[in-house]
Amino acid sequence: MNAPVYNFAYLDEQTKRMIRRAILKAVAIPGYQVPFASREMPMPFGWGTGGVQVTASILGPDDILKVIDQGADDTTNAVSIRKFFAVTAGVRTTTSTNEATVIQTRHRIPEAPLREDQILVYQVPIPEPLRFLEPRETETRRMHALADYGLMHVKLYEDIAVHGHIATTYAYPVKVDDRYVMDPSPTPKFDNPKMSDCAALQLFGAGREKRIYAIPPFTKVVSLDFEDHPFERYRHDGECTLCGADDSFLDEVITDDRGGRMFVCSDTDFCEKRRGDAA
Amino acid sequence: MNSDQPLLAAEGLSKFYGRRLGCRDISFELYQGEVLAIVGESGSGKTTLLQLLSMQLEASSGSVTYRMRDGVARDLASLTESERRFLFRTDWGYVHQDPAMGLRMAVSAGGNVGERLMAVGWRHYGRIRSAATDWLDRVEIDANRIDDAPRTYSGGMRQRLQIARNLVTAPRLIFMDEPTGGLDVSVQARLLDLLRRLVNELGLAAIVVTHDLAVARLLSNRIIVMKGGEAIESGLTDQVLDDPREPYTQLLVSSILPA
Amino acid sequence: MAVALDIRELSKSFTMHLQGGLRLPVVERVTFKVMAGSCVVLGGPSGAGKSSILKMIFGNYRSDAGQILLKQGKAVIDIAAADPRRILELRKRSVGYVSQFLRAVPRVPAIDVVAEPLVGNGVTRDEARERAAGLLRRLNISERLWELPPATFSGGEQQRVNIARGFIPDLPILLLDEPTASLDAANRAVVVDMIAARKKQGTAIVAIAHGDEVRAAIADKIVDIQQFAAVA
Repeated sequence: MNAPVYNFAYLDEQTKRMIRRAILKAVAIPGYQVPFASREMPMPFGWGTGGVQVTASILGPDDILKVIDQGADDTTNAVSIRKFFAVTAGVRTTTSTNEATVIQTRHRIPEAPLREDQILVYQVPIPEPLRFLEPRETETRRMHALADYGLMHVKLYEDIAVHGHIATTYAYPVKVDDRYVMDPSPTPKFDNPKMSDCAALQLFGAGREKRIYAIPPFTKVVSLDFEDHPFERYRHDGECTLCGADDSFLDEVITDDRGGRMFVCSDTDFCEKRRGDAA
Repeated sequence: MNSDQPLLAAEGLSKFYGRRLGCRDISFELYQGEVLAIVGESGSGKTTLLQLLSMQLEASSGSVTYRMRDGVARDLASLTESERRFLFRTDWGYVHQDPAMGLRMAVSAGGNVGERLMAVGWRHYGRIRSAATDWLDRVEIDANRIDDAPRTYSGGMRQRLQIARNLVTAPRLIFMDEPTGGLDVSVQARLLDLLRRLVNELGLAAIVVTHDLAVARLLSNRIIVMKGGEAIESGLTDQVLDDPREPYTQLLVSSILPA
Repeated sequence: MAVALDIRELSKSFTMHLQGGLRLPVVERVTFKVMAGSCVVLGGPSGAGKSSILKMIFGNYRSDAGQILLKQGKAVIDIAAADPRRILELRKRSVGYVSQFLRAVPRVPAIDVVAEPLVGNGVTRDEARERAAGLLRRLNISERLWELPPATFSGGEQQRVNIARGFIPDLPILLLDEPTASLDAANRAVVVDMIAARKKQGTAIVAIAHGDEVRAAIADKIVDIQQFAAVA
């Protein structure tokens, strides 16, 4: 029995063209959500189809691909998607942030600073930052068109009124290039500053919602806040148990059934490298 | 600000829905500090007129001119969408008959009042909250309800919150669509009293649509009586109501039941 | 002595459309002058049109013909021909009116009812209330009534609140419709004093007053309206 022969990176060339056009538009208007004709992929909506379509459209045979899920290379999803591209594109894959030329990520930005020759592709569930405040798509499109973002600040105001501080801890809204308000995808707010003035191109794909947006390299990205409640990065106060880092985003791991826990770097590659260097 | 120039001027304003008449050939000038009541029974075209004046409907013919804060008189039809929204958020207010239409019911009172401020660039939480508290006080809402959503408010409170939300950016012109409609009589009285005081104190111009002549008499100094889409009679409120000339006006005035 | 108010050939009739267009003439060609610092009392039986004349001067009634001239600054304005905006301005700056009955706005405390004309004119609320208090005291309205809405007051008390409201701004022309009708002797005297004080300030007053005593006390001239009765 013959296995089906796929086009390079699964998508046909016309589709890739369509997506690349959308990407070009997105890069030309930083933070603006460009609609695109999202395709049927061999994984359901909600499993990273947007990110996969973007990656598929930009991969070339010489690219080296890394895929992470919540910072880890070895979770089920990361493994599946990496295998998917290994089979359909035959590209080299890696777990090393340093080695990779294309990094597809779900909900985290790698700790290691990225370079000009790298592209970071984010998987995005809900691209519209205002969605939960204003359910009407017609209204939110208008708000973006007219830079009418009062409502976004109302949400932050409500947070402070109810919780005493801005309670958003992930998917924290940002203003890109002083113009569009954008949802950075559900990355922890700890990662927000990394998006600003980043040497790498950042692309965002939402397959179910059919939107692509982008942050070109070296673009100003500012997290929304109030003068008297400025944006704060949040991380657990502690060190990684495995490598001792005190400046990386930490995951909490329950170790036993008696409340024992430890904190480890969410970015597995980063942690390994540090341990490797130390060794 | 040159108060010799009208703030809002309507000229030959007409609206047709196909062959059905919404309103025809309405003209008037409104100056700063004046309150104009548009009264009529259902189907008189008064709500259509209000919507035309506040740019919610496009006129079939005629024009509405508004003198912006910089003193320049602009034909409202020539404003861009962006200018329109900005105007609506800063220099104008619109009080809906149903407060739920003019409020975000799930957002706290403070958030509701603060929204316009945030939309024009206020970024200091403490100051926004303090301005909101100030306004809640002015509309006689207990300051400790600032974090409650209007879902938890009574009808009269919601209406007062709507007023606060509209006035926070010191607009010069307020549109009101039956502001006391649907409220209990005692609540109406309180609201009317508040509106009178605020309009007086702040020197607002207002256009109030109402079917209730008592509300018109209380709030307005000028009046237009409408029937079937036409302006039947207009002039000083007390003049038109005390010395009505037109048959329809006389009919309207004589139909009020004494309390 | 300057002419403050010049009424010329003023005519008024009502057309009752609900009664088949029945025409009710009221007055015809009313003519008289009021000098600054003096009081003209309109005389004549009830129904002669005295109140209507006051209302026409105030711009509350429209006139069929004639002129109501007064000076505002250097200009001479005809109230009968003035547009609504002009009339509103005149009411703020030139002509005050004390009607026969107080139209009580629900819920507003008496002291604020009296203070209102000043607040609308740019005086601070506190100062306006202070001056209102002074007038209420002078008119013997007990302090415990000040914060109550006047709707529940007696006729005499309501009238005194009305008078206070009419007298609080310092307008050059004052129209008084039966100002002492429901008052006892003591309060009548107070009002007569207030009118006299105003005359000294140069205010021109047009009043309707029944009762020979009051008329004698305030009138510098009596104009009998019956002479201008309109013939149907």
